[in-house]
Amino acid sequence: MRKIRICLLAVALLMIGFGLWRGEAEVVLSKGINLCLECVGIG
Amino acid sequence: MAKNKHRWKIQLGATIATNPFFLHFFQGKISRGGLKGVCVPGLNCYSCPAAAASCPIGAVQAVIGSSKFHFAYYVVGILILVGVLLGRVVCGFLCPFGWFQELLHKIPTKKFSTKRFHILTYLKYVILVLFVVVLPMTVVNEVGMGDPFFCKYICPAGILEGGIPLSMVDGSIRASLGGLFTWKSCILLGVVVLAVFFYRPFCKWLCPLEAFYGLFNKVSVYRLQVNGDKCTACGACSRVCKMDVEVFRTPNHAECIRCGDCIATCPHQAITKVFSLKNTIGKKESVS
Repeated sequence: MRKIRICLLAVALLMIGFGLWRGEAEVVLSKGINLCLECVGIG
Repeated sequence: MAKNKHRWKIQLGATIATNPFFLHFFQGKISRGGLKGVCVPGLNCYSCPAAAASCPIGAVQAVIGSSKFHFAYYVVGILILVGVLLGRVVCGFLCPFGWFQELLHKIPTKKFSTKRFHILTYLKYVILVLFVVVLPMTVVNEVGMGDPFFCKYICPAGILEGGIPLSMVDGSIRASLGGLFTWKSCILLGVVVLAVFFYRPFCKWLCPLEAFYGLFNKVSVYRLQVNGDKCTACGACSRVCKMDVEVFRTPNHAECIRCGDCIATCPHQAITKVFSLKNTIGKKESVS
């Protein structure tokens, strides 16, 4: 179980790094700083 | 009935920490800071005027539904990281919408068990796969963008934290509200009413974030442990558990939100919490 935990943590960090490298954080930021019309019920 | 009496303080602190911009409620605006590029661990709408960072479930759909990407490595990586470290501690301690339901449940009325509705706990996994991943990925417009189906059609947090407060101070938003707002308001109303009588109905049955974190409860670094030498299988832990977990048999069940009520209740001090990468030697993690 210890190895599984360490592997999952490593996978998570790799995914975060890969996603940052691809520029996914900019998409998250762009969505977050603008009013989400779907979320507030406008559509 | 013994309870973890200090949990509400952490829940309050987490709610304030993730929603520090109170004045924005009166100004009718949302934060545009760089922190919106990262996700909070709990369900907290990024269109809440007070929110400092982004909702992970909304962020997953935003990336998957964008024309540039088909999978959200960054956000899913954050969710796996939090899940492996904490599991559903997030639900029990850090989620503002979970705490909101708990506060509603404190309204003094007759309370009902959710055990007979156990089958509904699987619904949140369907919602996670279908509304958070499959539909935003596959139902796209001509430029390849998909809607955030969960946020748009199900999530009551967006209406509570964003739709209602913003429409109260912004006339243009108020004028734009239509059938979708009515539909989501009905969902919110349903959750509010159910939460008065049942413990955390949205978390148990509908929340995709809880479904995701629940997958990691068995392997999470923070977990519960039952000492087989002390446990008498009296069932006191199971009776106090509002998430319907048989703690002495499955202390790390996917439904456990780590509230700690079982730890405080156990008459033999057989249940302990562990925060360790290592497996604990000499102690059973469940009693058969």
